[in-house]
Amino acid sequence: MDFVTGLRCRECARPYPAEALHVCDYCFGPLEVVYDYDALRATVSRAQIEAGPQTIWRYAPLLPVVDNAPIDLGTGCTPLVRADRLAAELGLGELWIKNDTANPTGSFKDRVVSVALTKARQLGFKVAACASTGNLANSVAAHAARAGMVSVVFIPHDLEVAKVVTTAVYGGNVISVEGNYDDVNRLCAELASEHPAWAFVNVNIRTYYAEGSKTLAFEVAEQLGWQAPDHVVVPVASGSQLVKVAKGFRELYDVGLLDEEPHVRVSGAQAAGCSPVATAFAEKTDAIRPVRPHTIAKSLAIGNPADGWYALKTVRDSGGSFESVTDEEIIDGIRLLARTEGIFAETAGGVTIATLAKLADQGVVRSDERVVAYVTGHGLKTVEALSATVGPTTTIAPTMEAFAAAVALDPDLDRRDP
Amino acid sequence: MSVTVRIPAQLRTLTGGAGELSLSGSTVAEVLKDLDASHPGFADRLFDDTGALRRFVNIFVADEDVRFLQGLDTAVVDGQTVSIVPAVAGG
Repeated sequence: MDFVTGLRCRECARPYPAEALHVCDYCFGPLEVVYDYDALRATVSRAQIEAGPQTIWRYAPLLPVVDNAPIDLGTGCTPLVRADRLAAELGLGELWIKNDTANPTGSFKDRVVSVALTKARQLGFKVAACASTGNLANSVAAHAARAGMVSVVFIPHDLEVAKVVTTAVYGGNVISVEGNYDDVNRLCAELASEHPAWAFVNVNIRTYYAEGSKTLAFEVAEQLGWQAPDHVVVPVASGSQLVKVAKGFRELYDVGLLDEEPHVRVSGAQAAGCSPVATAFAEKTDAIRPVRPHTIAKSLAIGNPADGWYALKTVRDSGGSFESVTDEEIIDGIRLLARTEGIFAETAGGVTIATLAKLADQGVVRSDERVVAYVTGHGLKTVEALSATVGPTTTIAPTMEAFAAAVALDPDLDRRDP
Repeated sequence: MSVTVRIPAQLRTLTGGAGELSLSGSTVAEVLKDLDASHPGFADRLFDDTGALRRFVNIFVADEDVRFLQGLDTAVVDGQTVSIVPAVAGG
């Protein structure tokens, strides 16, 4: 059963049909999916969701497309792990990591792509396209392969090797653009007008695509026993994910799946080399000035964030905060999470953990809060960032004597951190 | 002097379906003024009540965001392309 009644402009509330539309023809504001919440409240139940598949599709009634055989690689239901060792290092109490590195292509993008392409197929599209900083291209190429769709993905020319290889292997078209992500995005936004038969998941299908990120909130609430956390820390690139995480908790309550009204403080994490939203927050302004990114966190390197304004508003309204962290702090964040919890995150995850550390230090994230940090991409995607920092502890000849000598030199071989 | 202006799909009802127009002006503001004069209705769609560009409209000159240049005062030379692009895309 489909609970979608149409689309609506978030700014001027003009209604639109549930087609491949993403912005209002009149004010250019983003379109939002409109659901029949009364019907949802009367229909959905915890038991029904719990009996569903171990994927994001267990939440199908709360997603903008209904399909008995969605385009799915097995996305979602990723681990929510209690992070006591990390919490102890940061002086926090109840801390959880939503480990979204565990998705099929190694990032949260599988959530949004599975939803977007399932909807695109339903609308009759045969070509899947996107503007990507890497993870999205990876996911679109994989899902298109699975669905038998043609893919055309656009990426900046200077991406990490792993992100290019793990995209190109699926055999679609990979267009490397001589420019940064914002150039790629502008190009795709213009191309979308000329190629209306292509499903650009984050352009003309963006309204549906973005809804996939709500499952990051749905899963956390379900995994916590149908309770919302007190505080979440979410990385910010376009800002869409953060906005949808907040929406997800709210929506669960609105349809009667949470007993208590959630009051989730939402804090945003950016890299110092690309922090247009964190800067606007710090300067207490509504104007988000675009920047030219320069950071190792390439998956967050969006200098002109589409949902920056809404992310800023969400964080402010929730009583959360924003911080930005340097490349050095990002590396430290990746290593801290790996060393304490055995989770290897990509640079964006380093941004989240380093920001969490900073906010804990400031007393913004508090020890009396139940905190969830979203780690949304796998470390194997960005090994370059660490290859100069970590490596073999020692290199020895294959002899007992050499090992004994090495151990004698450094009795604490397994701990390279100072 | 002639400048090419690229029109996004959302605004092509104002141009009879055309995706590109040839217009004149020596700054972005002048080109957009010419656009509204030749195809009435554009000003309402691009500017808010205070005369500022709407939050969700981006303008590019030769593929460069005018916010990195001089905004609406950015100079446009003969043969350049001005693009109107919805801001809500990507990520």
